[in-house]
Amino acid sequence: MSEYLRLESLGLAERGHTIVREINLSFAARRTLILGPNGAGKSTLLRLIHGLLKPSVGSVRWTEPLRQAMVFQRPIMLRTTVFKNVLYGLKLVRVGDGERERRAHEALERVGLAHLHGRAARVLSGGEQQRVALARAWALEPQLLFLDEPTASLDPASSREVERIIGEFADAGTRILMTTHNLGQARRLADEVVFIDEGRAVEQSPAADFFRQPRDARAAAFIREELL
Amino acid sequence: MDEISTSLGLAASLIAGADAKLYGIVGLSLRVSLSATLIACIAGMPIGAWLAVGRFAGRRVLIVLFNGMMGLPPVAVGLLIYLMLSRAGPLGSWGLLFTPGAMVIAQAVLVAPIVAALTRQVIADAWSEYREQLRSLGASRPRAAATLLWDGRFSLLTAGLAGFGRAIAEVGAVMIVGGNIDGATRVMTTTIALETSKGDLPLALALGFVLIALVLGINAVAYLLRGWAARRWG
Repeated sequence: MSEYLRLESLGLAERGHTIVREINLSFAARRTLILGPNGAGKSTLLRLIHGLLKPSVGSVRWTEPLRQAMVFQRPIMLRTTVFKNVLYGLKLVRVGDGERERRAHEALERVGLAHLHGRAARVLSGGEQQRVALARAWALEPQLLFLDEPTASLDPASSREVERIIGEFADAGTRILMTTHNLGQARRLADEVVFIDEGRAVEQSPAADFFRQPRDARAAAFIREELL
Repeated sequence: MDEISTSLGLAASLIAGADAKLYGIVGLSLRVSLSATLIACIAGMPIGAWLAVGRFAGRRVLIVLFNGMMGLPPVAVGLLIYLMLSRAGPLGSWGLLFTPGAMVIAQAVLVAPIVAALTRQVIADAWSEYREQLRSLGASRPRAAATLLWDGRFSLLTAGLAGFGRAIAEVGAVMIVGGNIDGATRVMTTTIALETSKGDLPLALALGFVLIALVLGINAVAYLLRGWAARRWG
């Protein structure tokens, strides 16, 4: 696939503390997983790219402007029904009434929650809420989906379900940019891996190469430790 | 001792016997304070939400100001509104002084900062939780403020009730701008103050009981409603 995004000397410092430094990357893969230890700056990098944070230096250049959506580690649900939570995202973009409802229904079916559409979203389980968040993103028909540790607080069954849905996004043509510190998950989902350590991108490799033989010593150490 | 028990007995019979004068006063109190609270909510809630979500110069100053105005002395507010509404004042032509309308204005001015300050707190907490998600979905700040007001509706009920509690219980402002005119602008608190000073305890006591029961009852309903909302909506 062709390049859609380029990061040029991207950096972020807050109160004299550098969180992301000197990142130069080009993105082209369908599914890119950003790996790295806790506190490495993975989530911050995702937010910089999505535009939730402003870089202090460098730039985010879209070679191909893409419609975006993001799913967070902790799903944010409004105090209303599941269906209306999915509709809410569509109300903020210009979509006609009938089209809105059709898309919301279709999205809930995708994530396997059509039967819960009238339930209050905030009293669902964590896994169900995350699937509602995925449905809300699905309805927006994003060309690029950001996911920040989407399964970090979920049980294994819910995590598998979330991974399945991420796979469906990719199959439908959506590009995926996702952080995780779960190696197994990265192995299952990634076409390409970016490894972040102490705010720097120390390696970017095709997933198969990365897991067979990482080029960077810190990435290699990370893989060894995670496997122990 | 004897006088008190006699008064208590008379008060009870006033309440039980649906005394027209008593319930006229209670009715006016409710109309004035509910109207004032409604106006204060319509003005104060959007202001509070905007203070929580907006980004503009002087925001911090306004927050401190509104927090401080929660404790405005009713008599001072009453005096201010009195001056505005008096024949020579800037709003004298409205002819509202010594009418229930003037009382509604005074109480609304008293209550709006309370509603705004409490709303700001509720919305600020929600904003820190929802901010990234709402921005990711492309919500503008006014849109986000509106969303959070709706989402916080059950918590905001408490803000409205705090305002109503303040309005229905204050004496100073309504006394000054209403004038405590029998059959026209006499509410529970002003009647209690007047009747007590005249030594006519039964009506004062009866009104005191109604006032306390109202405040307790409304807070109980609010508590139950919030519990229900938390179970229903999370």
